[in-house]
Amino acid sequence: MGYDLKMRVWRGDQSGGELGDYTVEVSEGEVVLDAIHRLQATQAGDLAVRWNCKAGKCGSCSAEVNGKPRLMCMTRLSDFEPEETITVTPMRTFPVIRDLVTDVSFNYEKAKELPSVELGPRDADGKRRMMQVDVERGQEFRKCIECFLCQNTCHVVRDHEENKPAFSGPRFFLRYAELDMHPLDTRDRRAAAQDAAGLGLCNITKCCTEVCPENIKITDNAIIPMKERVVDRKFDPLVWLGNKIGVRNKDDDGRTEL
Amino acid sequence: MSEAGSTQRHPMTGNEMSPEAAGGMERHSFDVVVIGAGGSGLRAAIAAHEAGAKVAIVCKSLLGKAHTVMAEGGIAASMGNVYPEDNWEVHFRDTMRGGKMLNNWRMAQLHAQEAPERVLELEDWGALFDRTEDGLISQRDFGGHKYARLAHVGDRTGLEMIRTLQQRAVALGIEVFMECTVTELLKDGEAVSGAFGYWRETGRFVVFEAPSVVLATGGIGKSFKVTSNSWEYTGDGHALALRAGAALINMEFVQFHPTGMVWPPSVKGLLVTESVRGDGGILKNSEGKRFMFDYIPEFFRAETADTVEEADRWYDDKKNNRRPPELLPRYEVARAINSEIKAGRGTPHGGVYLDIASRRSPEFIRRRLPSMYHQFKELADVDITAEPMEIGPTCHYVMGGVEVDPDTELAGVPGLYAVGECSGGMHGSNRLGGNSLSDLLVFGRRAGEAAAAYADTLGAQRPRIAESSVAEAQSSALAPFAVEGGENPYTIQSDLQQSMNDLVGIIRTAAELEQSLQAIAALKERATTMVVEGHRQYNPGWHLALDLRNMLLVSEAIAKAALAREESRGGHTRDDFPATDPTWGTKNLVVTLSADGAGVDLHEKPLPVMPDELKKYFDAPPAASADKEAGK
Repeated sequence: MGYDLKMRVWRGDQSGGELGDYTVEVSEGEVVLDAIHRLQATQAGDLAVRWNCKAGKCGSCSAEVNGKPRLMCMTRLSDFEPEETITVTPMRTFPVIRDLVTDVSFNYEKAKELPSVELGPRDADGKRRMMQVDVERGQEFRKCIECFLCQNTCHVVRDHEENKPAFSGPRFFLRYAELDMHPLDTRDRRAAAQDAAGLGLCNITKCCTEVCPENIKITDNAIIPMKERVVDRKFDPLVWLGNKIGVRNKDDDGRTEL
Repeated sequence: MSEAGSTQRHPMTGNEMSPEAAGGMERHSFDVVVIGAGGSGLRAAIAAHEAGAKVAIVCKSLLGKAHTVMAEGGIAASMGNVYPEDNWEVHFRDTMRGGKMLNNWRMAQLHAQEAPERVLELEDWGALFDRTEDGLISQRDFGGHKYARLAHVGDRTGLEMIRTLQQRAVALGIEVFMECTVTELLKDGEAVSGAFGYWRETGRFVVFEAPSVVLATGGIGKSFKVTSNSWEYTGDGHALALRAGAALINMEFVQFHPTGMVWPPSVKGLLVTESVRGDGGILKNSEGKRFMFDYIPEFFRAETADTVEEADRWYDDKKNNRRPPELLPRYEVARAINSEIKAGRGTPHGGVYLDIASRRSPEFIRRRLPSMYHQFKELADVDITAEPMEIGPTCHYVMGGVEVDPDTELAGVPGLYAVGECSGGMHGSNRLGGNSLSDLLVFGRRAGEAAAAYADTLGAQRPRIAESSVAEAQSSALAPFAVEGGENPYTIQSDLQQSMNDLVGIIRTAAELEQSLQAIAALKERATTMVVEGHRQYNPGWHLALDLRNMLLVSEAIAKAALAREESRGGHTRDDFPATDPTWGTKNLVVTLSADGAGVDLHEKPLPVMPDELKKYFDAPPAASADKEAGK
């Protein structure tokens, strides 16, 4: 069952590096992360790699496998021919720290900029009421495991360092949409999404959706509805007129613009 | 790497990675330092921050990756949204009975009383739980809980919890030191004065000056070969506490979750949530027999269905039927599965079948168990809506941990607190599913508040850090680089995991436990000469070498306590002492660091006695009494 897998793994740090060639013994049912671990335990004790749950739930082991952004723990070796060489490189959009580990602090910075949830008071009995159908939209987005593969693949920032300050990326558009669809949240983040987060820079090529290991419909269910809501507010002549003469859209009930 | 580059490396924490040479070691000063960023650490940090303290969270991984994300089933809290009869007294009783009465009664009481408000707080902070028909937080059934009680989000409740707490901590502006490992606690006389650690990324050292340190490091599962735990679970908090002079209790009680994946090999041990059984899944052996009816113990006979018909009726009518035996406490189910496999009625890959496909519609399964569906489809090529899963027991949780004061989580050393899986007492000899997430929230908050209050009382009179102890911690951390020609830490770890699995597993005997202690002693010897290749920058070999010391110390604690407890109770099963012995039911085993610091000593200590007003819940026959309380 076992066979010798040929691998090329990027080794290096900020100052540069190169692909190293390895041959590692693997067996049936294994994933790319198993091969990397065996490499680490037997041939390259200092090979740097992030991982935690090994079950596709924590989003730590993001990398590029044969050029495709993937979770290494969810990429099965059986998806490749045994004689095929598997090349593993770090995520390209983020600066390399060492080997397969990148500096993903961009994402944690962007998380800080996002206006947090702000619910109104609880009901009289101390509980809150929301209907299942209403929370389900947000629940899809909260499946996000923050692997940052969507951020990595997004062409607005991939190879475009200059766009990073003005652009939060798909992971955070997902979060804006989640809060916007929260039945009890009291903030209107549409202006913030458009201006501070750079929602307008996204031209919905759906690359983020394609790489999402949780199969979240990032573009269709989060980004496009969010763009529509921004546009409604900004460009719809009736809404514009209503705003001018002080008529509040029902849509905005209970929400305060940020 | 250039110094200029490194100062920009951690902008998310606002901390400069100052070079060692100029101005000495990187130092930070806080009121409260929380070690660990899972549910309990984050909750403690939030509480301490809200109490006015300057707080840091220090964690080995990136923020939001801690093992809490793996929790699937839910958070146990008697909110009464599905069964209005439910209340804290019933939850308290279930918890104590699940722990075979060895729980610290006060912790079990506080936990049951405060869990509902802690869940509602998560909702205030943005969590989106599944709802009941009338819009309240839905609650699901789980083993050992009399009523449907677990607040949940499908089967990814842990992710929801950690993300909610993470987002709350970020909104409050709490400082987070990610990928930073604490290797020693520092003390001034008796009191905690701070912590010493290294940045995983650069290998540089960092000192935290803080009068209060909260240990929230999780468990010890990585010492076992088949485990649901990640690499982080190396017993760091347990070992740090021991070395700082605190005690561990109940270390003999390790929970083997009955349902872990057994195939493919790369995911062996990976958890399959108990919700599969709560939602109708049953266990079958290779002969197709639903075998759990053969394993109903006397202790739970009165509240467990003894026919298939009654068990199946229970899912829809819980008032007039008793629970299916698949939902007995975890240790009972794990032992039953173990027996079936040993008797030759196992599956091709050495497990038993967990079948929900033949019992629920594909739509129901996909809606209620989306992560499980995904996990089996992606990793094992098994469609759980069409075929049964192969599962077997996996090391999941340690009930034992740092002995703490129930109200403040103070660990017996001034300024040292412990919460969550690394603390002990709350779950007694066995933890009920769903009681972990609620434990993290209830005691996380309590510890955070107590830690902040203590720091506040000190004023300017804070314990100081002696330079000599910093130098000592530094040379100890660098020791693996000084060795030449020794063994690789991966090999030692793998041998330890095999020994613990084979000799200190689900079923234990004196002979095997003695053998395990010899094996651990030999491994400790080998570890003194282990060697690390490469340099200090993001070097997993070095990180493992340091973690391995903790694993060895904690493994010794487990094996010693397991050898001493000559009875079977909850998560501890002795083949040579199969009965539960009432005299053992009144005492805890306490572990402390030995005088030479190289190993552990064991003592017996009487269990705190429950006051009479709580004892009444256990007087009447089990099934009847709870129903009477509920007014049925």
